[in-house]
Amino acid sequence: MIDVGIAGVKALLVLLMVLNLSAILLWVERKGSALIQDRIGANRANILGVMPFNLGFINTLIADPIKLLTKEDMVPAGADKLLHFMAPFLAVFPVLVTFAAVPFGDQLVIGDTTINLQVADLDVGILYVLAMSSLAVYGVVLGGWASNSRWALLGGIRGSAQMISYEIAMGLALIGAVMTFGTLDLQAIARAQGHHFFGVIPAWGIIYQPLGFLIFLIAGIAESKRVPFDLPEGESELISGYFTEYSGMKQAAFMLSDFAESVVVAGLATTLFFGAWQVPWLARDGFHFPGGAFVALPQLVVVVLQIVSFTIKVFALCVFQILVRWTLPRYRYDQVMDLGWKYLLPLALANMLVTGVVIVLVG
Amino acid sequence: MIVPTEWALTLSAVLFAIGVVGVLVRRNVIVIFMAIELMLNAVNLSFVALARGRGAVDGQVVVFFVMTVAAAEAAVGLAIIIASFRNRSTVNADELALLRG
Amino acid sequence: MGAALFVVLAVLTVIAALTVVLHPNPVKSALALVTTLFLLAVVFVLLEAQMIAVLQVIVYAGAIMVLFLFVIMLLNLQSDDPERGRRRAVLRALAWAGGALLAVELALLTRGASVDMVSTAPPGYGGAQAVAQSLFTDFVFPFELTSILLLVAVVGAVVLAQKQRRPTLS
Repeated sequence: MIDVGIAGVKALLVLLMVLNLSAILLWVERKGSALIQDRIGANRANILGVMPFNLGFINTLIADPIKLLTKEDMVPAGADKLLHFMAPFLAVFPVLVTFAAVPFGDQLVIGDTTINLQVADLDVGILYVLAMSSLAVYGVVLGGWASNSRWALLGGIRGSAQMISYEIAMGLALIGAVMTFGTLDLQAIARAQGHHFFGVIPAWGIIYQPLGFLIFLIAGIAESKRVPFDLPEGESELISGYFTEYSGMKQAAFMLSDFAESVVVAGLATTLFFGAWQVPWLARDGFHFPGGAFVALPQLVVVVLQIVSFTIKVFALCVFQILVRWTLPRYRYDQVMDLGWKYLLPLALANMLVTGVVIVLVG
Repeated sequence: MIVPTEWALTLSAVLFAIGVVGVLVRRNVIVIFMAIELMLNAVNLSFVALARGRGAVDGQVVVFFVMTVAAAEAAVGLAIIIASFRNRSTVNADELALLRG
Repeated sequence: MGAALFVVLAVLTVIAALTVVLHPNPVKSALALVTTLFLLAVVFVLLEAQMIAVLQVIVYAGAIMVLFLFVIMLLNLQSDDPERGRRRAVLRALAWAGGALLAVELALLTRGASVDMVSTAPPGYGGAQAVAQSLFTDFVFPFELTSILLLVAVVGAVVLAQKQRRPTLS
């Protein structure tokens, strides 16, 4: 019974973290894009004039969801009502559920119970994440089909074809990391990145698999349909692509799935390539610096440091994805397909081959 | 064990029978195809249940192969349906019954 | 508690499977089949086959059914017309009766002597390592044959589904 309660609390915490991170990323995207494009950005949301209720960016964070919640919910004429209703759920659900397998800390010992800071410790953690990503295609396909509109259908078909193409490259890029660490369990991979080379350089996954990280990041950005791969929602061509005919909370659900998916890609890249929650030189009892200095820390401080480190790394990767979005122009559709099948797939296979050879030689 | 093997085998039998009825009753060849996939999954379920009953993993490896062959079969079967749709403009099994084009 | 969960899942799976077979709209049938496959993956987890469960979601529910949906949308299939005719109705009733008989018969055939049954599975059962160990040692020849089969299927699908080229007049 207590186990179920603890699992429920962990799941709730992870869900809240993802949702809040998505909301913050929405604001970071607007202000960050304004900075890059040399303009001010959204600063018009106020309550009763400028002072004393002008809290700066928090106004926009509150105003956006209120606007989306209170919009009228329209279903286009001739659209299939059930499918139109289900598509946003199918888009959001797999992306949020993926976080059940991602570890955000080492372990917390309270009394005689050891709480593993991961919602579900699965033996096949990486495969579970890939499985949920492959279910995210249905939201796009149905959103496009059920809207009875040609822009939506075009966006839906492009989006789903792109997603299933880059799933393959994503999966193959992860195999190199799996071969290096020898396990599919994400918490075990996170724990295996704790030691240091020469006592100084942390043994994070990116040192073992730089090409794998690059392929995974590109495939992940393509999978979440962000620029430069955002033809499915090609704003200047297809209005809003597959979610053209959605308004109000359903449109909010699609946008949430967009940001949540970039958080998922960042979370997975952090876990496999940047040491997950590992802080350099931090072990379960405190800091072990290379010179021999040892700083003992209570267990709760260690756990908080690990969670903060995980959040910072995920946030940094999300900001990187936002920077990429506002820097690069959009790919043409045949270039998108070429990149996925003709370049990333053979590169990922070559990466797998080289990793295998090195593992056999080095032992 | 969590689930008695016999219960899982009963579920497998029911799903297989539903698949058979689907092949017999429906006229749309794509729905017939989907009923065939349902039958394949029922068989997968019985393989997994019996593998768990015996405690041996090779039942699961057979499921792996069944899934792979089902994927290949779905790809080729749907390609055939598309090709025949181009000529006949119908997916009704009754109207596709004659070989003459 | 696992047994109660299994009963709930079994009922939902049967309802979803009946929707596949009964619903006139092929898109809804395909979605019902996706639901059935996902529920079966959960049943696989209950039967301690985690690797196969995840593979079921990735391969079956995540790829094969997307292919089905693509084809249905490409051909722009609408709901099937309801069937008329007394003879048809009689044949359909016979088919359903036969199906029910088949289900009962199969369920009864699986009763009886259970040889070699163990009550707890060996450690590591159903995980990636156990399945891979068996796959690459005992079943390596079927594995290689299956990869050739997939290659043949890919070539075949591409050839069958490409647009017909009109023969050029020389």
